[in-house]
Amino acid sequence: MSLRLDPREHAPLPLRLLVSLLAGLVALLLVAIPVMAAGANPLDAYVLMAQGAFGSMFALSETLNRATPLILTGLAAAVAFRARLWNIGAEGQLYMGALAAVLVGSGFLQLPGPLAIPAIMLAGFLAGGLMMVIPAMLKLRFGADEVVITLLLNFVVILFIQMLIEGPLKDPLAMGWPQSVPLVAEARFDKLIPRLRMHWGLVIGLVAALILWLMVKRTVLGFEIKAVGENKAAARFAGIPVDATMLKVALISGGLAGLAGVGEVAGVKGYLSADLSPGFGYSGIVVAMLAGLSPIGSVLAAIFIAAVFVGADSMSRATGISNYLADLVVALSLLCVLVGSFFLRFRLRWQSRQEV
Amino acid sequence: MDTLLDIFSSANFWAAAIRIATPLIFGVLGALLCERAGVLNLGIEGIFVAGAMAGWLAVYLGAGLWGGVLIAALAGAMFGLLHAFLTVILGLSQHVSGIGITLLATSASYFTYRTTLPDVSSPPRIIPYQPIAVPGLSDLPFLGPALFQQTLFTWLALALVALVAFVLYRTPLGLAIRAVGDNPASVEAQGLSVRGLRIGAVVIGSALMALGGAFLTMSAFDAFFFGMVNGRGWICIALVVFASWQPGKALLGALLFGAFDAFQIRLQAEIGQVVPGQVFLMMPYLLSILALVLVARKADYPRALLQPWTKGQRH
Amino acid sequence: MTEPNLLLSLTNITKRFGALVANDDISLDLREGEILALLGENGAGKTTLMNILFGHYVQDDGIVRVRTDAEGMTTLPPGSPGAALAAGVGMVHQHFTLAENLSGLDNIRLGTEALLSFGQRATARARIEKIIAVSGLEVDIDRRVADLTVGEKQRVEILKALYRDARVLILDEPTAVLTPQEAEGLFAVLRRLAANGLGVIFISHKLGEVLAVSHRIMVLRAGRKAGELTTAEADRRAIADLMVGKALAEVTRTPGSIGKALLEFDNVCLGKPSTRTALRQVSFKLRAGEIVGLAGISGNGQTTIAALLSGLAVPDRGTLRLYGQPMTMTSPRRLVEAGVARMPEDRQHDGVVGTMSVAENIAIEEVRSPELSRLGFLDRNAMRARAESAIAAYDVRCPGPDAEARLLSGGNVQKLILARVLEREPRIILANQPTRGLDIGAQAEVHRRIIAARDRGAAVLVISEDLDELFALADRFLVVHAGEVAEAGPADTLDRATIGLMMAGQSRTTEPLAQ
Repeated sequence: MSLRLDPREHAPLPLRLLVSLLAGLVALLLVAIPVMAAGANPLDAYVLMAQGAFGSMFALSETLNRATPLILTGLAAAVAFRARLWNIGAEGQLYMGALAAVLVGSGFLQLPGPLAIPAIMLAGFLAGGLMMVIPAMLKLRFGADEVVITLLLNFVVILFIQMLIEGPLKDPLAMGWPQSVPLVAEARFDKLIPRLRMHWGLVIGLVAALILWLMVKRTVLGFEIKAVGENKAAARFAGIPVDATMLKVALISGGLAGLAGVGEVAGVKGYLSADLSPGFGYSGIVVAMLAGLSPIGSVLAAIFIAAVFVGADSMSRATGISNYLADLVVALSLLCVLVGSFFLRFRLRWQSRQEV
Repeated sequence: MDTLLDIFSSANFWAAAIRIATPLIFGVLGALLCERAGVLNLGIEGIFVAGAMAGWLAVYLGAGLWGGVLIAALAGAMFGLLHAFLTVILGLSQHVSGIGITLLATSASYFTYRTTLPDVSSPPRIIPYQPIAVPGLSDLPFLGPALFQQTLFTWLALALVALVAFVLYRTPLGLAIRAVGDNPASVEAQGLSVRGLRIGAVVIGSALMALGGAFLTMSAFDAFFFGMVNGRGWICIALVVFASWQPGKALLGALLFGAFDAFQIRLQAEIGQVVPGQVFLMMPYLLSILALVLVARKADYPRALLQPWTKGQRH
Repeated sequence: MTEPNLLLSLTNITKRFGALVANDDISLDLREGEILALLGENGAGKTTLMNILFGHYVQDDGIVRVRTDAEGMTTLPPGSPGAALAAGVGMVHQHFTLAENLSGLDNIRLGTEALLSFGQRATARARIEKIIAVSGLEVDIDRRVADLTVGEKQRVEILKALYRDARVLILDEPTAVLTPQEAEGLFAVLRRLAANGLGVIFISHKLGEVLAVSHRIMVLRAGRKAGELTTAEADRRAIADLMVGKALAEVTRTPGSIGKALLEFDNVCLGKPSTRTALRQVSFKLRAGEIVGLAGISGNGQTTIAALLSGLAVPDRGTLRLYGQPMTMTSPRRLVEAGVARMPEDRQHDGVVGTMSVAENIAIEEVRSPELSRLGFLDRNAMRARAESAIAAYDVRCPGPDAEARLLSGGNVQKLILARVLEREPRIILANQPTRGLDIGAQAEVHRRIIAARDRGAAVLVISEDLDELFALADRFLVVHAGEVAEAGPADTLDRATIGLMMAGQSRTTEPLAQ
């Protein structure tokens, strides 16, 4: 008997769902090892995590609150990766979006009340988008690798933000804490349910996912993005404007990450600080990969990742196990889903070898 | 102008430049080995963290400095092996796998640190490598004091530059590594193993990256901090392009970078009152981006970089 | 006289790829000093057989034995190029397996010395120079392979095998990239090597050169051995029938009625003048109702001409006139809209997006047209309808309009592209290597479509490395050499030798004009 690989002609939807599910599951199972190494019972830890993430209305709200930016950064990564544009800079784009929201929505500009929210969203989208359009242009114009540039820009942006919130944007009423002046009340997102932190940003994320799904399935732009992503040479030969498509993707991708930043400022904190995002941009990559780059899948994957973080925090408080366990699960999920993609391309088969 | 001259003519400045360059030398050499064989290793940032943590922890737990170096290298090699398995054996996306390795190595390091030392409030210290005098060299005017302040770890980096250059350009192994990154078919047709060469290069390269991290906790500083790697790995990836995948130029690039960073630190002391500190801190990243943009068009990327290879594959 | 020693013996080789049987129970012997031609159509299984012999593929059945010493034959383990090399089998692939960033010398040394040693450059150089002297394979081994011509690269490949003391040399379609004259040079080298005892397997689908160089011919057809005979007793007609299996109807062609010029190159220059692919002052016209054949050795500027006609490039100097109007701005889409049909040279790479469906690949050039989309939204029904009629009209064999294009065979990909570009009744057609790699049936189909388009009044440019194809299609010949295009004249005034000389750079005017 020998093991052989046959290329698959087609990976049906149920199989793709199964691979993503298994990837998350295997990642959760694998962290039983570090949990035991830390001297705890993994089963207890899993139960505590599940309770912490879904065990009450409050827990559920926390999870969805955490999922809100992840949906948007996940969509940002998904749309870029579809075009083979490696946007690893969602973290920086998120902060730029948040910054734009503060610049527009904290009273420097006198906006009529009903316009405040659309204005900060537009500003955040454009600021985040611009932050990705720049590396995309450097790629198209100079051939500079966008991976490294978007990664490095994350560090530049966070320093830039620190500079502003310790300087011109600093809130004089924050008792010396480095944080920006707050948004005006009209620019804040309402809570979805009183006394729970879930806010309208979640609805924005869901709507964005729907729009993106429609774009992918039904529009010329979605068609062109697919062609550019799957075979640039053939797309160019067939007359698809490759560079323009890449720039559009960059704008959309960066813009979505920017919206995530707007949501965190307008829906959660009310002001900008340098700890606004605990790595939402990077986790977005995992969300997108777990979702198989599907917009609707990104919503589900974001909820999963958010549940892991919220659940691990709660478990950590109860058991003393470091909540970096959540980051371990996230990293392992990415690697597991990557391995899973191998099984979407190939079918494993046992084959008896004929006598020679 | 006097200030500038003072800075550049001070041995301390050059000593600092070399010290800042050392982890980058390790990182660039490691990335260079991987990419010469055709594999991009974006795990570098996380492998730096793992090397920093593992080396430091080993010393803290009593392994001795060289024991720490060995442990750090092993940790890097292990993550390299995982990256090689995913990208070389399974032929999966080098980008995604690299990002995954970075996330995994970072979170595993942080988790291990927290789990091993749950109750510490300030990071515990070790006794790091001490500067050594090299008989003869240290007596040189100007150069002597700059080199005199370096530890054995820095000398190890310089020796590795020579070793990697020698292997790449003077041995049949180096020939095979350069060939496999250009056209794996050439290597396979001559009866060598494409996978073997690539796995080897990624594992060794990742071990070198981890040494870059270990330098931070065992020579530059004496403790492990969260976020201490701070993008150094990504900078190395940019520097490799800048160095055209050549060890000599990699050394030069890292030293230039170190000099610039040391310069901005001193400049900050001079004009820090009028310019916010963050402007200076941004410089290394902006400089890396600039370097990448300037050389990108004429960069001679290894032709098979990012291309997975399956046995018997035809064009 | 005793029979020369047996060098190599393949016994009952069978190889399947899924449902396809690429090699069906094939046996083959090779003796010292013998040149064996393996002849067959594309897809007959020649390359598969040689890849099994060389260990790139693992056979499903059968054994490979090679003489390793004077005593006897050794069975090669399947799937090990290393073992094949060690046993003295050398292979020159159709696509060269050279590292372009290394010198010829280093490519030849690669894998022959212990990896962790100091290397034996000087010794290696001395040996290689000796081999060059004996074989006549002249090449500068210190130059980077990237800077060598195709012919020189081929010589490095053969040197690689000889340096490893190959006793069996396999050449896969070695003349595809050579001029007729260069091919003659290669044959001379092979005869010389065979006279010294080397066994050569020469893979080809060109009958003429097989008769010129080989001692013995084996014909493969559809994965089976169709026949085997000595070259001395071979009959051209009989071999052709063996190759094809059945007599194929010739594509018939009647003279067309030539109209006015639809496309003109007027002193077009493009590219760095130091490179071979740069165009120098190229002028020619494509007229309605005429097929123009562009002959030339690959890498002499064909790609640049194709890029101009595809809308991927604009001239540095000179003018390109479409329907009499100078084209200043251009893009693939503008040309598509202007009625130019473009068939790419590398159809898998530039022609289709493998992971998109057949329907999407048929629609891709016109996805923004009002027939296929409204206000930025796709009309999936219209796309599907168009695909269904194209699949039927052009006989594209596929599971359906929703099947991914990567599942299609080369011939069906080409039919898909024909359906995409010819359905619009284009006035100008660029057919770049239109039948490369296709089997004879698909070739005839493509030729028929191209001729039909000409009869309808289209102006056609056919770029091909296959002179037989050009003679089958072209009304008039152009020859490109080192970026210069020369008018060769009407097809019926020309023969292969004349075109061959022009391809090698000799001016047409030095030859007496045929009447």
